[in-house]
Amino acid sequence: MKHLSEYRDPGLVQQYLYELHRITQGSWTLMEICGGQTHSLVKNGILDMLPPGITMVHGPGCPVCVTPVSVIDEAIYLAQQPGVILCSFGDMLRVPGSSTNLLEAKAKGADVRILYSPLEAVQLAVANPSKEVVFFAVGFETTAPANALSVIQAHKLNLSNYSILTSHVLVPPAMEAILQDQENTIDAFLAAGHVCAIMGMEEYYPIAEKYKIPIVITGFEPVDLLQGILMAVQQLENGEYQVQNQYARAVNRQGNILAKETIHEVFEISDRTWRGIGNIPCSGYEVTEMYRKYNSRLKFDLNLPYVAENKECISGAIMKGLKKPFQCPNFGNKCKPENPLGAPMVSSEGACAAYYHYASTQVSQYS
Amino acid sequence: MKTSCPLPKFDFDVITLGHGGGGLLTHRLLQNGVFDILGNDLLDQQHDGASFPLSGNVAFSTDSYVISPFIFPGGNIGELAVNGTVNDLAMCGAIPKYLSLSFIIEEGLSMSDFFQVLLSIKQAAHKAEVKIVTGDTKVVEQGKGDKLFINTSGIGIIHPGASIHHKRIKPGDQIIVSGCIATHGIAIMSVRKGLEFETTIVSDTVNLNHTITGLLDRFGNDIKFLRDPTRGGIASVLNEVAELTRLGFSIDQNNLPIMEQVEGACEMLGLDPLYVANEGIFIAIVNRNVATDFLAQLNADSNGTEAAIIGEVTLDHPGKVVMKSRIGGKRVVNFLTGDQLPRIC
Repeated sequence: MKHLSEYRDPGLVQQYLYELHRITQGSWTLMEICGGQTHSLVKNGILDMLPPGITMVHGPGCPVCVTPVSVIDEAIYLAQQPGVILCSFGDMLRVPGSSTNLLEAKAKGADVRILYSPLEAVQLAVANPSKEVVFFAVGFETTAPANALSVIQAHKLNLSNYSILTSHVLVPPAMEAILQDQENTIDAFLAAGHVCAIMGMEEYYPIAEKYKIPIVITGFEPVDLLQGILMAVQQLENGEYQVQNQYARAVNRQGNILAKETIHEVFEISDRTWRGIGNIPCSGYEVTEMYRKYNSRLKFDLNLPYVAENKECISGAIMKGLKKPFQCPNFGNKCKPENPLGAPMVSSEGACAAYYHYASTQVSQYS
Repeated sequence: MKTSCPLPKFDFDVITLGHGGGGLLTHRLLQNGVFDILGNDLLDQQHDGASFPLSGNVAFSTDSYVISPFIFPGGNIGELAVNGTVNDLAMCGAIPKYLSLSFIIEEGLSMSDFFQVLLSIKQAAHKAEVKIVTGDTKVVEQGKGDKLFINTSGIGIIHPGASIHHKRIKPGDQIIVSGCIATHGIAIMSVRKGLEFETTIVSDTVNLNHTITGLLDRFGNDIKFLRDPTRGGIASVLNEVAELTRLGFSIDQNNLPIMEQVEGACEMLGLDPLYVANEGIFIAIVNRNVATDFLAQLNADSNGTEAAIIGEVTLDHPGKVVMKSRIGGKRVVNFLTGDQLPRIC
């Protein structure tokens, strides 16, 4: 991909690193929100290249990681019902529920399909009128427009065999929940570029102002990340706290208006439970009353017993930036991708998986 | 030997359970189809097995092919089944000679698709200079297979100059990859149901035995290790050998040959090309002294024009594969757990 090479240019990376080493005086803790950013930092070996004064902690922006056990259980339960085709993004299949995961359920006969887009699920519903097609609608603001669009499309087609099991979460309320934690040590955020491409920048100004914290909307490539870190550190060194946009090639202030309208057509703000963090008020989306017949929870009258999270998994502390993956006593021994205690070890964007798979030899000495 | 022939005429458009029953239909399918197309002096004996003389050390290998879809851009399951086992033998330092060939066919497979596969098998065997000497055909009910599965086993004679063993790998040895990585896996994925995307990427499935023989002729025991990185990609092969030798394997992302389109598709699908399947390439670990000449010979071969030295064996980080990233950072390249699953966003 030619348009990506300029954001992976080793010469530019060296320039940003040089500047970062030159200006960093204080000791700063930065949180990158998105799991994609975490993976890029680790995969490219950037963590070891930063000045010693800069500590990166890894945020909750991995939709797979924050989906609670109880919702995974709902998906597994639905997949096991006769006549149901459960469609999911591939990432969700290995995430542990309370007793099994979707991959095992599939191996035991449940009809679980990996799709790339919810619109494929709508096509599947059209092609299988005698089946109930459920799409496991997981994700942050990034996947919400396509998931909403699938409901609108199903409605236009007058489909009665399509519904979505939502576990939609939102970034700004999670940032506030993290900042309100007494133990938090975060000095600046790198906000998730693709979330802001949809939602715009407006939601972040009140947070920067209220908590006096710099927020830099940042992309995912090495040059993006280093530029984002540099912008944040420049603010910190100067005692500023602004919202800045590093990812201007994709993000503007108002966001994608059409995508936001699509979201608001189908979804309304609701409370959400986050795996490892707990309930955060007004931190997710649920299907509105108008589209209630496309809400799998109502359609199948889901009312599964509450299941507590696995206490051995410290995913909450990791996603709030209080702990690094290798500070977990179970990291790499009791908890591995093939036998995870929690979602951050299996998701392709989970912080624990990033450290387990890619962490440099220096970092992995801790494991 | 002719390498193309017209499709034989049959009474059936599709393979039925009766074709695997051992009766007249089976006989006709074999006589008019399989034997006619693949025939050679040993297969024509039509015994329960083949008998032939062999001298010297031999290598023996087997593999099953279950690829979906079984006809894909750049090839089909037939040539894959020949090339795969031929290449496995070549990686042992052997000159492949004889193959067995077994089909498990799901009833309903179209006769024309089956013969397209048979013709590809014939051409691939001809190109690799191996004989199909024995085989089997079974037909299973619909829903009990995925159209067509093939197993091939093969026997080859070890090249007199070959001494391929991971125990001979030493620090300083150079790691060479013979061509662009991840091409086959992405070609297959581009046509897999539910994932179709437009691309001109085609599978690079090819027999590597002549290339390997040429390298063994010249470099002999300076070639320490050979492996074709099929399932699990080059990362899995390097991890296996790192674990076996307890040596460190250090590679440089800047030197990894990969087609731009393949890299773009991997970005889009959220896959790491290091773990994507390959067919027409191999990894060689060779003595540092011969690495440049080895690479030059490979680059002059049609199967190695994109070959590159991607790294070296080291005493650092024993048992681990470490990659220097494009921007100069370092990361561990680990074993993959299960399949790579596409990500959400």
